[in-house]
Amino acid sequence: MITIAVALSILLLLVVLYLLFRIQVLASIFKGSYRRDIGTSNKVNAALLLVFLFVMGALFVWSFASSKEEMTLPLASEHGIAIDSMFWLTMAIIGFVFVLTHILLFVYSYKYQHQDGKRAYYYPHNNKIEIIWTVIPAVVMALLVFSGWKTWAKITSPAPDNAVVVEVMGKQFNWLIRYPGADNKLGHVKHTLIDATNEFGIDLNDQNAKDDFPAEPSAFHVPKGVPVLLKIRSRDVIHSVFLPHFRVKMDAVPGMPTSFWFIPTKTTSEMQSETGNANFQYELACTEVCGRGHFAMKMTMIVDEPEDYQKWVAAQQQKTFSVQLQAAPADSTAAVALNSSEAAGAGATASKQ
Amino acid sequence: MSSTDISLHKDVHLGHDDHHDDHDHDQSFIEKYIFSQDHKVIAKQFLFAGIFWAVIGGVLSSLFRMQLGFPEATFTFLEPILGKWVDGGKLNPEFYLALVTMHGTIMVFFVLTAGLSGTFSNFLIPLQIGARDMASGFMNMLSFWFFFLASVIMFYSLFLETGPAAGGWTVYPPLSALPQAIAGSGAGMTMWLVSMALFIVSQLLGGVNYITTVINMRTRGLSMTKLPLTIWAFFLTAVLGLLAFPVLFSAALLLIFDRSFGTSFFLSDIYVAGEALTHTGGSPVLFQHLFWFLGHPEVYIVILPTFGIVSEIIATNSRKPIFGYRAMIGSMLGIALLSFVVWAHHMFVSGMNPFLGSVFMFLTLIIAVPSAVKVFNWIATLWRGNINFTPAMLFSVAFVSLFISGGVTGIILGNSALDIQLHDTYFVVAHFHLVMGSAAFFGMFAGVYHWFPKMFGRMMEEKLGYLHFWITFACVYLIFMPMHYIGIAGFPRRYYTWTGFETFNKFMDMNTFITVAAIVAFVAQFFFLFNFVYSIFRGRRATENPWKSNTLEWTTPVNPGHGNWPGPLPVVYRWPYDYSKPGAPEDFIPQNVPFSQTQSSNLPHERDTE
Repeated sequence: MITIAVALSILLLLVVLYLLFRIQVLASIFKGSYRRDIGTSNKVNAALLLVFLFVMGALFVWSFASSKEEMTLPLASEHGIAIDSMFWLTMAIIGFVFVLTHILLFVYSYKYQHQDGKRAYYYPHNNKIEIIWTVIPAVVMALLVFSGWKTWAKITSPAPDNAVVVEVMGKQFNWLIRYPGADNKLGHVKHTLIDATNEFGIDLNDQNAKDDFPAEPSAFHVPKGVPVLLKIRSRDVIHSVFLPHFRVKMDAVPGMPTSFWFIPTKTTSEMQSETGNANFQYELACTEVCGRGHFAMKMTMIVDEPEDYQKWVAAQQQKTFSVQLQAAPADSTAAVALNSSEAAGAGATASKQ
Repeated sequence: MSSTDISLHKDVHLGHDDHHDDHDHDQSFIEKYIFSQDHKVIAKQFLFAGIFWAVIGGVLSSLFRMQLGFPEATFTFLEPILGKWVDGGKLNPEFYLALVTMHGTIMVFFVLTAGLSGTFSNFLIPLQIGARDMASGFMNMLSFWFFFLASVIMFYSLFLETGPAAGGWTVYPPLSALPQAIAGSGAGMTMWLVSMALFIVSQLLGGVNYITTVINMRTRGLSMTKLPLTIWAFFLTAVLGLLAFPVLFSAALLLIFDRSFGTSFFLSDIYVAGEALTHTGGSPVLFQHLFWFLGHPEVYIVILPTFGIVSEIIATNSRKPIFGYRAMIGSMLGIALLSFVVWAHHMFVSGMNPFLGSVFMFLTLIIAVPSAVKVFNWIATLWRGNINFTPAMLFSVAFVSLFISGGVTGIILGNSALDIQLHDTYFVVAHFHLVMGSAAFFGMFAGVYHWFPKMFGRMMEEKLGYLHFWITFACVYLIFMPMHYIGIAGFPRRYYTWTGFETFNKFMDMNTFITVAAIVAFVAQFFFLFNFVYSIFRGRRATENPWKSNTLEWTTPVNPGHGNWPGPLPVVYRWPYDYSKPGAPEDFIPQNVPFSQTQSSNLPHERDTE
């Protein structure tokens, strides 16, 4: 009943609007404003453009200033400093262009609105001006390209040899972390070896795999002040590793390992005191659409002082994959053979969880 | 070339003169309005189809904006409409991804490519170059009907049990290749691929026609350097489409092979849904290269036609020649050329070689130069003009504004070092929605308001146009400006909700605000729809040249018939931008007025041609 009433009132409202519209049209025909070429609405629109410039400009400045703090993420990596400073420098340059061109656009629109008896200035071209406003952007772009190259080359350069290696593997819909252990070498993996217990598909016959160990399911640790090399891969669809506070992002691609290295500059507890938020955690998010649970692919990264990190490693490296997998019912050789119905069923339930 | 052409045209015209009247009567309804080969009718067919798709695309965006703006709310009122996609008032997360995917696909391809180029290239090319019709009316008809078929299939896919494609409009494999990974990659994705294949056929049929027509069928005197900028823009757009779309076709074909015939072009080492797949040796990054080789020119396919439309409208309504006509052509050529060598800036963090990243950063930032030249030229055209703010002109001025606002952030995103942080965040969403989404839509609105009198012989209601414009313009900024802030804060795209992350658990009010603005903007489009339909039937009758414009379409009768000009084809003597020429009695001199008739206003170098 209520829906019918709502529908009826909406219908009536539309009819009223239509009638108002017709009255307006008939009235303006009667007044003859239809025949005049350019009437008062031209003045109104020109003025509104100017109003738009000021009101929206003010809104923009106000909203930007009041959101500035919320939108700047605290920074915790070394290369992030270069990225952030270049970002705000570029923002300043484009901000200048943005303001200048908008003032010209709207002020000219207002100032040169139609006036009866006036005539526009016939001015088809001026090659000198064209050259000037081609060259200036070209020079500015060249400068931005050069500084961009410098930063990009530094960020994407090969990781230092002393880097702490951490493997990040994406799967629907969580992240799995593996450490290379004492030999600092990640063992060989193969996707056909994956089953419910061997989620990485680790080949335990590989010597390098013997001392590999996982992180806890919800969080992994890295040391502060040391290069950290993320070796990134995916076992199903494309995911993307995003550590917003570290200005780190790299796709996880099935069949094509990728990597990204960075130097954390603040531990989690340092960041907790800096932000005044005792529960602050560095979060790892997925930024490549990967399916139903894309928005929930969260992992916590804990940055420790190097000593604390060593302590954590010492405790965690007891739980190597080989220990865990041999304790599990299906060992690595059986997993290959079993990789059909039973393992598939187990895998399916695991991925549903 | 010219001599043979002229005689050909004369023949055609003679034939038309003889049979003109009974010709119209001979055509059945189906021949005239359904399977028509008349470019004007085909243009209107594309326009109606484009508007239909735009409404669908808008509805989809309103739905997912509601989810983002009110993540805690329950939408039980949607259950009768959406059925199982809403469960207990909550949108299904996979349905959310399907909404985002279909919104992108529909808006980019079906509205801003087919709806825009299909309408205005078809309508304006023959009329502005003084031709009776397209080079091949039959191919032109096929172009629309292939598009129609593609539309039917895409529309049908919305109602599938497993939902339409849901892996993003870029359909990156493996997600799009594996129904185990997401339900939308089942039948929905198959239909997406079939529909896009047909769509590409439609684009190629149209593109070949546009190019041939512009090159071969210009009327006497209309050299390439006297073409209106609209025609230059449509011409370059068609060239881009012709070169880029086949690459998407190949990508789609290889993806079909991977999905249905067990090949491994894009798939390798995959373990999904408890099963290790046998695919090996493929590269998902290869698909991205192929996709963006079309995908990037595609954004220029979307925006170039509006460059032309806006240039024409700004010049006409400023009553001034477009400033730097040749620089405008040159910058369009530059943009068209560069658009083919910047595709990998969508892939800076895809895992491709970082050296490629530096090359593509360099090439990408160069595009800022011709784009800046265009903006400066538009502003210089306004300078000392005598501006008449028709709704079309307002949309054009706003187009320049949106193009600037969205364009400048391209300088940030094109920088590979900065893209690391901003890639796939709302900063990107804000950027491209301003520069190619809203700007292209504004260009399209401007075109509809401007050429409506020539299309339907009636005027659109101005006041409603103003209302539509102001609400839309304000809302576009209210929607997309705050999105930059959210993007700088790192909010990732295509997230069903952000509340799971401490880092992104803010800007709630901002997202609600954006949603409200988006829904207001959507509702405001009904002013346009009403105005459009009303004016077709009840609008004020138009005169032949209501905007006092110079180009040839305004020399046709109010309702141009089959063959466009009842008499002989017009002959062109001058460029299309002789507005407010000193010494001329009127403030415009149409292209078909010879210099011998305008001795008072001829410039020194024009005196020879008197």
